Amino acid sequence: MIAVVDYEAGNIRSVCNALTRLGAEYIVTDDPEKIRNASKVILPGVGNAKIAVESLRSKGLDRIIRMRRKPVLGICVGMQIMCRRSEEDNAIGLGIFDCDVKRFLPTNDAKVPHMGWNTISNLESKLFKGINEKEYVYYVHSYYANLCTDTIATTRHADVLFSAALKYENFYGTQFHPEKSGDIGSTILNNFLSL
Amino acid sequence: MVAKRIIPCLDVKDGAVVKGVNFEGLKEVGDAVEMGRKYSLDGADELVYLDISASKEGRSTFVNLVEKIALNINIPFCVGGGITSVDDASRLLDAGADKITVNSAAVARPELITEIASKYGSQFVVCAIDAKVSDGIWRVTTHGGSRFSERELFSWAQQAQERGAGEILFTSMDHDGTKSGYACEVYKQLSTTLSIPVIASGGAGKISDIADVLTDGCADAALAASIFHYGEIPIPVLKNELKKLGIPIR
Repeated sequence: MIAVVDYEAGNIRSVCNALTRLGAEYIVTDDPEKIRNASKVILPGVGNAKIAVESLRSKGLDRIIRMRRKPVLGICVGMQIMCRRSEEDNAIGLGIFDCDVKRFLPTNDAKVPHMGWNTISNLESKLFKGINEKEYVYYVHSYYANLCTDTIATTRHADVLFSAALKYENFYGTQFHPEKSGDIGSTILNNFLSL
Repeated sequence: MVAKRIIPCLDVKDGAVVKGVNFEGLKEVGDAVEMGRKYSLDGADELVYLDISASKEGRSTFVNLVEKIALNINIPFCVGGGITSVDDASRLLDAGADKITVNSAAVARPELITEIASKYGSQFVVCAIDAKVSDGIWRVTTHGGSRFSERELFSWAQQAQERGAGEILFTSMDHDGTKSGYACEVYKQLSTTLSIPVIASGGAGKISDIADVLTDGCADAALAASIFHYGEIPIPVLKNELKKLGIPIR
């Protein structure tokens, strides 16, 4: 069973709709036992990293997630809160991915939020099986994770090269929204479900 | 580099996509979910659905429709029309919309932008602005272009950004429906003075109009309706031509 974590992370419905389209069975839950035992866990996320991570902590889910040995996927803010810390309201993350989350500075060539379709490159994971370099996926974010040894895909917004996806052991994160990235996104989600 | 977006706009009345000039003589052009799915398969980057139902029944039909769209379409979509409160926005978010547009209600009460953005984030709030030239000034209009407000386009767009709007969707009422090209100079000024993305709407007639607004007009996205609905410019052909011109396109 796939567990979609129910916490204060904005709209989780898109992720559920995407799982439904893929024919996957899932539950939306904040029950620590179910999240501990699920075959896959998805941490969706749109909104504020600090609110999201504090909601996770208040439910006692941060440790449950960190201790999992089966696949976990964080999406957007869900990925950012799996990093060490974020400049967004100085949020302290779960410290799974070995990087920090910083704010984009607006310039003439780089509007903030970074919103729309951008590419993924330097793909290094089974998550991207069947996906070509420089395919387009959908992003909406004002903060980014810097490059680190856990980076498994990169993208560029004006001068900033950052992590489009991260992986450490059984933990995966995508800055982009696979649930909104057309057929490419469906393939990536399906690859996660097949891990 | 972020790709420039191509966005078909679908006006919805009582569940069906309609098209008309100046909202008179509306013609039904198709089913909202089916058309959205087709556009998504054709390579549309995003969809905008505007509810033009005037009735309460029409509004609740629209929320049900948004749920169906969210279940069937795997690209982002934005919905708008008649949003006057955070509750209206919440209902559409819960139904699965990725973004909402506010227009007349925000002109009357700009705090609406702040309220929705602080609850759901700037990425969720698109400020739609309709304006036309009056005595040499771009004045903001409301109620589908039928009424002039006291606001001036550029200062209103700036205020919308400061209040937390994540994007500006500007429609030139002087160009809308003319198919003679977008108001490129205006988009250029908006795009270079704002730090948030600008979506151009109103005036698309041919491929070069869209190319112009995405290059000279510096717009981040181009929105159009009838040229797509009536198959005058198929999206795959359009995107291919734009790519040939060196415009970053998905």
